[in-house]
Amino acid sequence: MILAGKRPAWARGLKPSDFIATAVLLTITLAIPFIAYEQSRGAFPDGNIAGTMSFYTAFLVTVGVFALLTMGLNIQWGYTGVINFGVLAFFMLGAYTTAIITKGDPQGDFTTYIGGWGNDLNLIPALATDQWLPFVIATAAAALAAGLLALLVAFPTLHLREDYLAIATIGIAEVMRRVVIEERWMVNGSRGLTGVPQPLGGLVDQSDYKYLNVVIVGIVVIIVFFALERAVRSPWGRVLRGLSDDEEATAASGKNVFAFKTQSFVVGAAIMGIGGSMYAYAFSALSPDAFTHLFATFIFWAMLMVGGSGNNKGAIAGAYVIWGLWTISLQMQGYELGDVIESRMPFIRGLLLGVAIVGVLLIRPLGLLPQERRVSAWVERRVKKERSTPAPPAET
Amino acid sequence: MNSDQRPPILTVEDVSKAFGGLKAVNHANLEVAEGSITGLIGPNGAGKTTLFNIISGFIKPDSGHIAFQGERIDGIPPHRVFHRGLVRTFQIPREFGGMTVLENLMLVPKDQEGEHLWAAWFLPWRVSRQEDENFTKAEEVLRFLNLHQLRDEYALNLSGGQKKLLELGRTLMCNPKMILLDEPAAGVNRTLMRGIVNDIKRLRQDLGITFFVIEHDMDIVALLCDRLIVMSEGSKLAEGTPEEVRADERVLEAYLGGQVR
Repeated sequence: MILAGKRPAWARGLKPSDFIATAVLLTITLAIPFIAYEQSRGAFPDGNIAGTMSFYTAFLVTVGVFALLTMGLNIQWGYTGVINFGVLAFFMLGAYTTAIITKGDPQGDFTTYIGGWGNDLNLIPALATDQWLPFVIATAAAALAAGLLALLVAFPTLHLREDYLAIATIGIAEVMRRVVIEERWMVNGSRGLTGVPQPLGGLVDQSDYKYLNVVIVGIVVIIVFFALERAVRSPWGRVLRGLSDDEEATAASGKNVFAFKTQSFVVGAAIMGIGGSMYAYAFSALSPDAFTHLFATFIFWAMLMVGGSGNNKGAIAGAYVIWGLWTISLQMQGYELGDVIESRMPFIRGLLLGVAIVGVLLIRPLGLLPQERRVSAWVERRVKKERSTPAPPAET
Repeated sequence: MNSDQRPPILTVEDVSKAFGGLKAVNHANLEVAEGSITGLIGPNGAGKTTLFNIISGFIKPDSGHIAFQGERIDGIPPHRVFHRGLVRTFQIPREFGGMTVLENLMLVPKDQEGEHLWAAWFLPWRVSRQEDENFTKAEEVLRFLNLHQLRDEYALNLSGGQKKLLELGRTLMCNPKMILLDEPAAGVNRTLMRGIVNDIKRLRQDLGITFFVIEHDMDIVALLCDRLIVMSEGSKLAEGTPEEVRADERVLEAYLGGQVR
């Protein structure tokens, strides 16, 4: 029994819940390739490496995109304690901004975007998809658009108390959704947008693009992770952590509460915009139906809670675990279980995911990777240095 | 009124604040002399803490003026009052529970470059240098308050008295001109508090910091303060040296049943 009795040296200081957290991560990591194989058998009855890999890479890309969105939420809620139930709005704005800027002329019934001038924005068709700069510009534009929306939203709402802010942000998300669906002259309404070009798609064979897709999203996740770590593990992040603990004490310590909350809200939203941009690239098509409150807002809350609020690594782990569990539960569909269960399977999946979230949180209330004890990276290094050098003789 | 002392650093002029029908502060007029340790006493509900909240910018007064070093500070937000050099503690400690004791203190210093995003990203060496300075200062303050052994503990886990000390410590991190202390001794070990009384006097002596202190423990008040202001029912009732105030019949009445009239 590894949980009791004598432990090897590396395991000392670990809590039982550390083993459970590790077990959860391991289980998901081992199960997903199997699920990918099983799921791709629908299309390739004998099983097929290409099918398995395209399922597996799509899983990884989705986790990467969701990790970006969860990191954005982590800045707002995890660090600063600003509630945002409207992640959807920034996610969607980022995705649509990127799509409009990069994709070619409108096709089908509708011939204009944004009343016509959106047609002139096509950066990519003029350029081949083997160039990286236009895609970077489109992603930056997505971040900027989402950041600007956040700034607009911040002024009337960030003075509100938490519960009012929650309602206000839900309202903003719903407005965004309705405008996209109903105002068809803007972005093609409920038909969505298709044909978003693939970044660097001209460089590889189409059938191998899925691997490049994983690499691109992975690189963006890594860049965003390190940029956020650097921002947050500093005096800036310390003020944010102060705000989430006690706003009045932060004000009494001379910090401009509203300015810092706004910065945090805007930075978080810009990261969500980047996440949206990556979503548009990764899946080449946008449908407003995909942006539901559950799958474009609350799933990120679940990921953040399970992964560890206030820890960027936790945000990534949470995206991996929640999307992993959701993917595993996919396997429950397609068995002959009788009409009563089969027709309700999507809801049962949701239910089981909920149970899993509650289970993880009961065992590890602060998430799989709780926030670090020290905010400032400098302080962390300093304290470690002190521990590694022998203490000077006590003065008396 | 304080003709024998230095000019007032803080002037509260005809300040009123009502919560609904309750007049918490009612035409209060008072002055705190520069370099003094002035006590603010009075029965429960006299409006002492409300007055502190008004002075420090957390509550806007309904009417009246407050001047600090000759400049008006009523109506400006708390962080700007702080930047004028007027800092406060809270009656019920408001620690940053999710941070270590050390970083509770390191949060406070003014003009930290690392509080700007671009500096955190692009000027790490300057951020590090300031962190080093603030770390040294925080260590000093922690030794001063006998909290050094708790440096890496979450502030949440401190005892009530230790949290009060941490509150005091925060005010020492920013070179203030004046400190408002709201019941600094509540829950603090008496021997330690006597030490802190001496330290407060030393801070006044060495750095010229003015203190304005709400305190219920009359022994501490007598040891600490050179002037007392007595509040009752939202306005100033009496003022003087501790001896004068003790001899004042109106004060006794206010404490022992004046309100029950």
